[in-house]
Amino acid sequence: MRIALCIALLTAMAGAALATEISLDQRRSGYSFMSADTKAMQDEDTANPGMLFVLDGEALWKRKAGSADKACADCHSDARVSMKGVAAHYPAFEKTLGKPVDLEGRINLCRSNHQQASPFAYESRELLALTAYVAQQSRGVPIAAGDDPDLAPFVEKGHALFVQRQGQLNLACANCHDDNWDKKLAGSPITQGQPTGYPLYRLEWQALGSLQRRLRACITGIRAQAYDYGSPELVELELYLMTRARGMPVETPAVRP
Amino acid sequence: MANSEHTRRTFFGLTGGAAALVIVRPVDATPAMLSAAIRNVVGEANVRTGKVKLDIPPLVENGNTVPMTVSVTSPMTADEYVKSIHVFNEKNPQPNIGNFYLGPRAGRAQVSTRIRLADSQKVTAIARLSDDTFWSATADVVVTLAACTEEAI
Amino acid sequence: MPSALINVPKKAKRGDVIEIKTLMSHIMETGYRHTASGDVVPRDIITSFTCRFNGIEVFRADLYPAIAANPFITFFATVTESGKFEFEWIGDKGFSETASASITVE
Ligand code: HEC
Ligand code: HEC
Repeated sequence: MRIALCIALLTAMAGAALATEISLDQRRSGYSFMSADTKAMQDEDTANPGMLFVLDGEALWKRKAGSADKACADCHSDARVSMKGVAAHYPAFEKTLGKPVDLEGRINLCRSNHQQASPFAYESRELLALTAYVAQQSRGVPIAAGDDPDLAPFVEKGHALFVQRQGQLNLACANCHDDNWDKKLAGSPITQGQPTGYPLYRLEWQALGSLQRRLRACITGIRAQAYDYGSPELVELELYLMTRARGMPVETPAVRP
Repeated sequence: MANSEHTRRTFFGLTGGAAALVIVRPVDATPAMLSAAIRNVVGEANVRTGKVKLDIPPLVENGNTVPMTVSVTSPMTADEYVKSIHVFNEKNPQPNIGNFYLGPRAGRAQVSTRIRLADSQKVTAIARLSDDTFWSATADVVVTLAACTEEAI
Repeated sequence: MPSALINVPKKAKRGDVIEIKTLMSHIMETGYRHTASGDVVPRDIITSFTCRFNGIEVFRADLYPAIAANPFITFFATVTESGKFEFEWIGDKGFSETASASITVE
């Protein structure tokens, strides 16, 4: 029964023409689609397991590392001041590399260039914790990514990836997240796929995870080969999603089912 | 996940997995494993229905993290209080979920936690009062799994 | 060094019943999962949680694998004097963590 419904819905989606972008007044965070219980988990810091990672990040912020023997705090002092609003502008253009880097990438650049330490692995507890701690300083700040004119071609690439049909299900991200976000798939809301809460605590993961991890899950979902962590495609998708979410407040660390 | 199922589940429940959907309704029968675990706590004592309230939301989004609150009607005075609350499930590999020991100093006989329920099953909460009587509440919880599930480790 | 989050009101009136919320970071590995190669992932859970007030136990819990990752436990206590709540989590693989919170009772 449910299987039949699912397939019918997917077919309907694949058939529909791609709609245009969601207008500002219609943008809705994944939060608004959640049950009262899951919302409560995000709303209260002592109930939000993502805050445990933020605490870890705060400890790491102060810890000296690498052959430079410097802590993040040695250069950036109080994160509550220096990092306020930073995450709302990421991914940002990195001149030396000639391409955008996401917040995780930026932190790892500081690891290697400024601390002379080896970069953290993607999805390592350390990188997630530091990213969550930095991003949490922007909680409530409206997303304002993509301003830098150097980013324009990369936003465009991200957009192209977003509307490109792929995988065995031959679906584009836009088929679900632009055209059918008000519908449900096998009982769960599709949502607009807004990137407002990352890194976030996903009940499914029982852990904190990055936006890249989430995107890889969606790509695997349409039975396409997921891009590698740190690949240009994932950063471009992140960048496009963040520009698409302009004006929405950062929620890190959010909670999602 | 709490269960030992590791088959690859595809996206969107094309193989049957879907959003975690939990429906709570009253039940009766008690399977062997659950009743053995309960006997371990209550011995030969009679367990009566009542006084205990077991709150599990009718709709949860993921069986990995299900909020649960157990409260017991009791004045919580020095001579009339709840000694302990025991929570059991029927189909996880182990029937116990948690034992909670309170006393008159608690002031209110209520505990909350988050539990794992990766399968449709019965959850039972039993309270032991200061007069060593046992009271219980049971809910039948239907869980279907979440979409967008990744591979096991 | 795992993190814990504790919520205890800083102040209360004598005889108040206060709510205490605790969140401890822990994977709560059930011991029932297998790796892709079929090996059992060994159990690694918190097995016991205790809360004491000025040295006297006020709440205790035995936890099993069915408790969700990063255990969240809330309960109540009647406060009659100022003092310190001490929390202790004990688990597999020598896990042992403590935290504390003070309350002023007027
Ligand atoms: C030795 C000094 C130094 C250390 C240590 C250092 N950084 Fe940086 N950080 C910088 C500089 C300089 C920049 C500006 C960009 C650049 O030149 O790399 C920067 C930029 C950043 C930015 C981007 C800010 C923005 O407005 O875009 C973030 C985020 C950041 N650092 C985080 C960290 C974290 C987290 C750590 C610790 C793991 C750290 N940094 C350690 C010097 C440092
Ligand atoms: C067939 C529909 C479908 C397609 C195609 C799809 N997704 Fe999703 N996506 C979902 C569903 C359903 C959820 C949320 C529900 C869940 O977590 O199970 C989700 C969640 C997300 C989220 C998390 C939102 C939040 O609140 O944290 C992001 C971001 C996302 N998708 C991006 C993408 C991108 C980028 C693509 C293309 C590469 C894509 N999705 C393709 C259905 C889809």
